[in-house]
Amino acid sequence: MAQAESVGGDLQLVHLTKMFATFTAVDDLNLVIPKGSFFALLGPSGCGKTTTLRMVAGLEEPTSGQIMIGEKDISFERPYRRPVNTVFQSYALFPHLDIFENVAFGLRRRKVKEVKSQVEAILSLVELDGFARRMPAQLSGGQQQRVALARALINKPEVLLLDEPLGALDLKLRRQMQIELKRIQVEVGITFVHVTHDQEEAMTMADTIAVMNGGKVEQMGSPTELYENPRTTFVANFLGQSNLISGKVFERSDDLGVELYGNRIRVPRSRTSSNSDSLWVGVRPEKINITLADRPIPAANVIPGVVTDASYIGVSTQYLVKTAWSEELMVFEQNLLNSGARPGDSVNLSWDPAHTFALDANQDVDAGVEVPEADS
Amino acid sequence: MRTRRWLPYALLIPGILWLAIFFIAPMFNLGATSLYDPNGSLDTGYRMTFHVANYGDALSQYYPQFLRSFSYAGIATISALIIAYPLAYAIAFKSGRWKNFLLVLVIAPFFTSFLVRTLAWTAILGDNSTFVHFLHTIHLLGPQGRILATPVAVITGLTYNFLPFMTLPLYASLEKIDPRLIEASSDLYASAFTGFRKVTVPLSLPGVVAGTLLTFIPASGDYINATLLGQGARTSMIGNVIDSAFLVRLAYPLAAALSFMLMAAIVGIVIFYIRRAGTEELV
Repeated sequence: MAQAESVGGDLQLVHLTKMFATFTAVDDLNLVIPKGSFFALLGPSGCGKTTTLRMVAGLEEPTSGQIMIGEKDISFERPYRRPVNTVFQSYALFPHLDIFENVAFGLRRRKVKEVKSQVEAILSLVELDGFARRMPAQLSGGQQQRVALARALINKPEVLLLDEPLGALDLKLRRQMQIELKRIQVEVGITFVHVTHDQEEAMTMADTIAVMNGGKVEQMGSPTELYENPRTTFVANFLGQSNLISGKVFERSDDLGVELYGNRIRVPRSRTSSNSDSLWVGVRPEKINITLADRPIPAANVIPGVVTDASYIGVSTQYLVKTAWSEELMVFEQNLLNSGARPGDSVNLSWDPAHTFALDANQDVDAGVEVPEADS
Repeated sequence: MRTRRWLPYALLIPGILWLAIFFIAPMFNLGATSLYDPNGSLDTGYRMTFHVANYGDALSQYYPQFLRSFSYAGIATISALIIAYPLAYAIAFKSGRWKNFLLVLVIAPFFTSFLVRTLAWTAILGDNSTFVHFLHTIHLLGPQGRILATPVAVITGLTYNFLPFMTLPLYASLEKIDPRLIEASSDLYASAFTGFRKVTVPLSLPGVVAGTLLTFIPASGDYINATLLGQGARTSMIGNVIDSAFLVRLAYPLAAALSFMLMAAIVGIVIFYIRRAGTEELV
């Protein structure tokens, strides 16, 4: 992690900790969020992401640690003195003010001139021209969401905080707003820090994602990096789905040879996040080829099994394949390469070593699986 | 199941009957009485002469009591608002698990009668009370100065008696305010005070309007506070005049005309007030 040298307008969290009575919501968090980036804090409910956001906004006081924007320590600055604005989860639009006055609220408090032209410009950015004199209650959820965004953005904050901003929208609108938010972020170039429990939302929009669990960052990186090369079982399971198989290292050379219940496979060293000899070997379901037992095998890492379930879901067919040691592995096969496998068939599962990752076996194999959704 | 269209009307019947018998009929009767010949009496009977001059006579004779009533009620309403707002605010936002207990305390005075509570104030404000002695000691009141039998006493009584009617609607509207709106205002550069002024106060206006009406209307027609705490003609309110015209002097047409004018004046004031409140001009 980068040290506290000169970092321009980056948002830095240094050893940030928040305790509620005996519960540690945020545990010694260290993050540098580069200026102008779209950053997502992703995690299940209770992982400390919202508390982190509220500390940056000034709505919670840190128990210890620092929050810096550039060179400036804002850890204990009053919320109304911070160059930070928030898009609240429930929007929190002022019900007694019309859209114009809601959006102008921050400008008026700072006695900024030329309110009218700025409000009109920002309403046009969020495509709400002509809505200025409506009341919040007269707008749909998606429109209210955009008002909340405009109300925060108009102040040109150093950092814009978004607390589950799309949580209350239906799926179709959410997709649309994801694209919209990304467009707006690129257009205004402000640092966006986005808190969500929806991995798809985080992956669609963010340049960098920090996956949080139990008040700590599990792993940070680009969406591709997190998905392709997870470093903990939590990340492997929370972002998409993973097949994790227990294995023992039998050879260390340019790459690692790992034995999975008698099946020898290879894992690149760069994709191994542990020096231990006991590993969880992981592979994503869509990276696996499924071929009937008597057909040629297309990739180097192979495990035989028997199909127990096949469900056709349009874009792909999802198979469950039982291995000799009774673990059920998941395989997603594109409906382009039809293997013709049916329940009861003996098959070979094969994948490229480059798509394999290995994690320390010390971790709970089910971490991050089926996390109950905190939809609000 | 078929909709029984007549059912809603049937359910209205008891209410309508009640209003017809105990409100509309007496109102009609009172209106008629206000136009009787004022020279009649209970013994000789009244003649209906459509004597509209009853109203003019009543007004020219008693306009000081009208004005006094509305100014006492107005001052009492404002005092009650000043006391009740912080109280309701504290109960709504700061009381934690004491909330219900405090609300019970607010309505606790209703467990005893209005008359008894007002009588108790004659002791609190009486010439030999600790409170008055204290005022003498700190020279806020001259050596012969009194509180009882002054406008201050009447207004204090009115303020006290109608305080719960101010507090409860204020509490109800404050309690409904989403605390995230206050957070949003502080996120948007409003200090705590500005947030209070620009968000909390406007959102509590419905409570302010309801509370002021519930205080002002009964306070304007009240005569118990003036009788017990005012104790004399110098503080008598229009309620006292109507009371004595009906029950002491038995001047029914005069009393009826005064009652009607009081009602009309209150309705007028209320309509004017609600119109203003509706357009944010009160803020």
